[in-house]
Amino acid sequence: MQATSTTISPEEIKAQKPYLEWGLSEAEYDYICTKLLHRLPNYTETGLFAVMWSEHCSYKTSKPALRKFWNAGSRVIQGPGEGAGVLDIGDNQAVVFKAESHNHPSYVEPFQGAATGVGGIIRDIFSMGAKPIASLDSLRFGELTDVSNQRLLKSVVEGIAFYGNCIGIPTVGGEIAFDQVYRHNPLVNVMNVGLMDQSDLKFGRAVGAGNAIIYVGAKTGRDGIHGATFASSDFSTEKDSDRSAVQVGDPFMEKLLTDACLKIIHDHADKLLGIQDMGAAGLVSSSAEMAAKAGSGVTLDLDQVPQRETAMTPYEIMLSESQERMLLCVKKGAEATILAIFKSFGLDAVVIGQVTTDNQYQLHHQGELVCDIPVAALVDDVVEVHSEKRAPFSATREAVVPVVDNPGTTLLTLLQQPTIGSKRSVYRQYDTQVQANTIITPGSDAAVVRVPHTQKALAMTMDCNGRYLAVDPYKGGQIAVSEAARNVVASGAIPIGVTNCLNFGNPEDPEVFWALDQAVMGISEACRRFDAPVISGNVSLYNETDGRPIYPTPVIGMVGLMTSVDWLTTQTAKNVGDIVYVIGETRDDFAGSELQKYQSGTPQGQLHFDLDQEVANQQLVTTAIHQGLLQSAHDLSEGGLAVGLAELIMGTQLGLKVALKLSAAQLFSETQSRFVVTVTAENQKRFDALAGDQATIIGHVTATQELEVQVQDGQISEDVAKLEAAYGGALAWLTK
Amino acid sequence: MKVAVVTFPGSNCDQDLISAVRDGLGEAAVLVPHTATSLAGADAVFLPGGFSYGDYLRCGAIASRTPIMAAVKAFAQAGGPVLGICNGFQILTEAGLLPGTLQRNAKGQFVCDWTTLEVLNTATPFTNQLSQNTTIRLPIAHGDGNFYCDATTFDQLQQHHQIVFKYTDNPNGSVHNIAGITNQAGNVLGMMPHPERAMDELLGGADGRLLLQSLQTTLLRMV
Repeated sequence: MQATSTTISPEEIKAQKPYLEWGLSEAEYDYICTKLLHRLPNYTETGLFAVMWSEHCSYKTSKPALRKFWNAGSRVIQGPGEGAGVLDIGDNQAVVFKAESHNHPSYVEPFQGAATGVGGIIRDIFSMGAKPIASLDSLRFGELTDVSNQRLLKSVVEGIAFYGNCIGIPTVGGEIAFDQVYRHNPLVNVMNVGLMDQSDLKFGRAVGAGNAIIYVGAKTGRDGIHGATFASSDFSTEKDSDRSAVQVGDPFMEKLLTDACLKIIHDHADKLLGIQDMGAAGLVSSSAEMAAKAGSGVTLDLDQVPQRETAMTPYEIMLSESQERMLLCVKKGAEATILAIFKSFGLDAVVIGQVTTDNQYQLHHQGELVCDIPVAALVDDVVEVHSEKRAPFSATREAVVPVVDNPGTTLLTLLQQPTIGSKRSVYRQYDTQVQANTIITPGSDAAVVRVPHTQKALAMTMDCNGRYLAVDPYKGGQIAVSEAARNVVASGAIPIGVTNCLNFGNPEDPEVFWALDQAVMGISEACRRFDAPVISGNVSLYNETDGRPIYPTPVIGMVGLMTSVDWLTTQTAKNVGDIVYVIGETRDDFAGSELQKYQSGTPQGQLHFDLDQEVANQQLVTTAIHQGLLQSAHDLSEGGLAVGLAELIMGTQLGLKVALKLSAAQLFSETQSRFVVTVTAENQKRFDALAGDQATIIGHVTATQELEVQVQDGQISEDVAKLEAAYGGALAWLTK
Repeated sequence: MKVAVVTFPGSNCDQDLISAVRDGLGEAAVLVPHTATSLAGADAVFLPGGFSYGDYLRCGAIASRTPIMAAVKAFAQAGGPVLGICNGFQILTEAGLLPGTLQRNAKGQFVCDWTTLEVLNTATPFTNQLSQNTTIRLPIAHGDGNFYCDATTFDQLQQHHQIVFKYTDNPNGSVHNIAGITNQAGNVLGMMPHPERAMDELLGGADGRLLLQSLQTTLLRMV
C-alpha cells in the first residue's frame, strides 16, 4: 500500500525540493527514491529522512573519524551506540556517563538552551537504568569585555542552575573558558554521571512482535521541530536565528519521569524490554533507533500521541523536540501495570503502537497510513560523507618566548583572566551537594563523589584547551585527555573512561575535517595509554559564523575510580614546613598559553608533548598517594607554575617560599605533564627515593601569608590576600 | 525512634534525610507519600528540601494543601516534633504551622554554600545537644530563603524565644539574619540550612549530627 499524506504530494516534493531547506541534499533525496524506496517519498517520509539523516542523528560526516576511537578495555559493559556508556566499577555496580553539546540552542536562547541540555543528558543516563548522581558543564564564550557575552554566560549559568537544582542532581564540576573565537558560537557541553547495579541495565530496544510501545511524559508540541537539523548547520549573522527550534524545559516533570522510570526498571525488569529518551529528532529517532537496534519494525498510531497543540501534522508530531518524554517497549499484557505506575507519579502515559516483524516503520494518522518505509532506510542506510582532509599551511616555528619584566604583576594579571580566575560566582548558583555524597565540590582539579555504602568514590572532570588544538590538533587532543587524567590522578583516583563532545566547524572545509580527524587520533592514542576507553559522546559540527570556525574543541569528560576514599587528595597546602616539589620539567612552552593569549592573542607556535613522560609522571603521583606520601597534589595547566603555586595557598592561612632555576617567563610556561605536590619533612626521604629525578624540590610552605618566588631574573613577592582579590574578582560581577 | 520523612512530588532531599537518620544515626526512617493520611506511627516528622511541585505557584504552596498535611498539623498540635528543612520550611509557613514567609533571595540568585549559624535557643527538641550562643556550620542551597515577617511577628518571635538560628553572614537578605524558627510551643522547627548534608567530616562537616542527636535525646526522654 502506498503511504499518503495530507500536505503537498510526492511529485510536488520532487519538483519543489522543500527538503533542501530541511538539510537533505538532492543526491541524498535521489538515493532514497531510487535505491531505498523505489518510489517517491511523501511529505512526512521526506521530513523523517531529512532529520534522521542529519549529522546530529546519523553522524554521516564524522563517522569515518569516530571509528578511530578506542573503546575496548576490561571495564566496558556498554560502549558508544546506546543512551550512554557503561563501565564496571566492581561489586556488581557500574558507572554510566555521557556528555552532549547544546551549543546552537544556547546561543539562540541561552537560558532554555542550557536548561534543556542538562535535561536531555539526564534522560540518557536513567534510560540505561542508572540513577543520575552528578552533572558537569564545559562552557565557552567570547570575551567578557563584550556585554553580549556577559549576558550569554549569565543566562547559561542560570539555565543550568534552574534545571539541575530543581531535579536534585548535584552540579559538581566542569570548566569555563573565554576566547573571542567563541563569540558567535558559544559552547555548552553538559555531562551527567549515573550509578547503577549492573542487574538494572536496560537498552533502547523495541523487541518482540506484539509488544507495546508506550509514550510517557510531557505532551508533544510544536517546539523544537527540526532542532537536529538546526544543530547541523552553521550560523549567519545576516539571517535571523530560528527561535522555533529551541525547546522549553520542565525539570519538575523530569524529576517525576526519572523517579517513575527508575522504579519500573528496578521493580519490573521482566516487563520493561527497552527504554529510550526522546531527544534529538524526538519520536522518530527514538522509535526508529529502538526498532533498528532490535531488528524489528514498529507501527505507531499518532492519534494516541498526547498533543499540546491542535491540528498537528504527522510531520510535526514526529519531529517535535518537546522535552521530558520517554519511549518504552513493554511486554504485551503488562501495559496496565506500567501505565498505573506512571499514573501514581502523576504522569501521562499511553500505548501508541506495537512492535512488528516486517522491519517496516509505519505511522498511522487519522485513519491513513502516512509513512511506510524500511526501518533500516531511516537509521542504517544513510550515505556516509567522505570529506576531504587537508592540513593547513603553517610555518613550523617555535612560539615567541615572551618578555616578563615583573612576574608578580604578570601573575596578578593572569589570575584576573576569567579563564583562570575563580568561578565561585558561577558554582555558588548550583546545588553542588544534594544527594549528600559530594566530597570535593567545584573549584578543585576534579570533583569527587562517594559511592554510598562503599569505600569507593568517583572522580570526574571536563577538560579541553582549544588554543592547543588550534596549533596542533593531534597533540592538543592528546593533551586534552592527559590533562583530564592529571586532574583525576591529582584527586587520588585512576582514570577509567572517557566521554567527549567534539565541537568543530564545518566539516566540508577540508582543514576543519583534517583537524577533527587528527584530534580523534590524538585522543584515541592517549585514551589507550591511560586505559580509559571512549564509551560515549557526541559531535557538534558547523560551529562557525560567516565562514569562521571555532578552535577545534573536543571536550573530554573523564571519570576516575578511587577504590578507597583514603586516597582522597586535595590541591591546597596543608602544613607549615611541608616541602614543595614540582613533578616534571619546565621548558619554554608558550604555544597556545594564557600568557601568549594575553600578550598577542592568536595561538601560535609548536606544541611539545611526550605521552610517555605524562604517563610516568601520573604514575608517580598515584604511587606516592597510595604510599601516603602526599599532603596535596595539584596539576599545572593554564598560567603555568606561577598560577599553580598561587592556587596551592589561596584560601588557606599559609604562604610559600620558593626558589627556581627558571626564567621569569618560564613561571608562566605551560609545559605539560607537571604537578606541584607537598610532602611532610618526615616523608621527604621516602618521596625522594620514589621520585628520583622526576621531581624537584623548589621550596617549602610558610606561616606568613605571602607568595615568595625567586627566579634567575626576577622575583614574585605578593600577599596572598592580594592574589585572592585578583583571582576572586575575575567573575565577581556575576554575583550582583 | 522512628522518623517519618514526608515526600511530595518534586522533593529531592527526602532520600538524604532517610540516609541521615538510618546511616548517620542508626534509627528507623520511613518515607510517607503526600497522598497518605496518617504518619505511620512515627515519633517525629521531617519535611524535606527540594522543589515540591516544581515551586509552581509559590514555593511550598501546593504541597501545604496535600492530604498528608492534615496529619502533620494534627501531629504538631499534639506536641510531636516536626522539622522542615529548606522547602520543608517553606511548606510549614504556607501551612500556617510557622509564622512569616520565605521570599526570593535578596540578590535574586540561588545560593549554595556553607554558612555559619549562631545558636540562640537550645531548648527545642532539635537543639538540646547544642550550646547556647555558639556557632555551627551547615550548608544552604536555596533560591527562596529570604525570611520575612512584620515587626509585630518579630517581637513575638523574640518574646517566645522562637528564633533558633541566625546567619552570621546573611546570604539571602533574611530579616534580622533569621535562618530558623520554631512555633510558639517550640516543637515545630523550620530552617533553611541542611543538617542532613552535614553528617560526615568527609563531606565537609558533621554539625548536622547534633540536631539529629538532639532529637534522639528528646525522644528518649519522652519514653
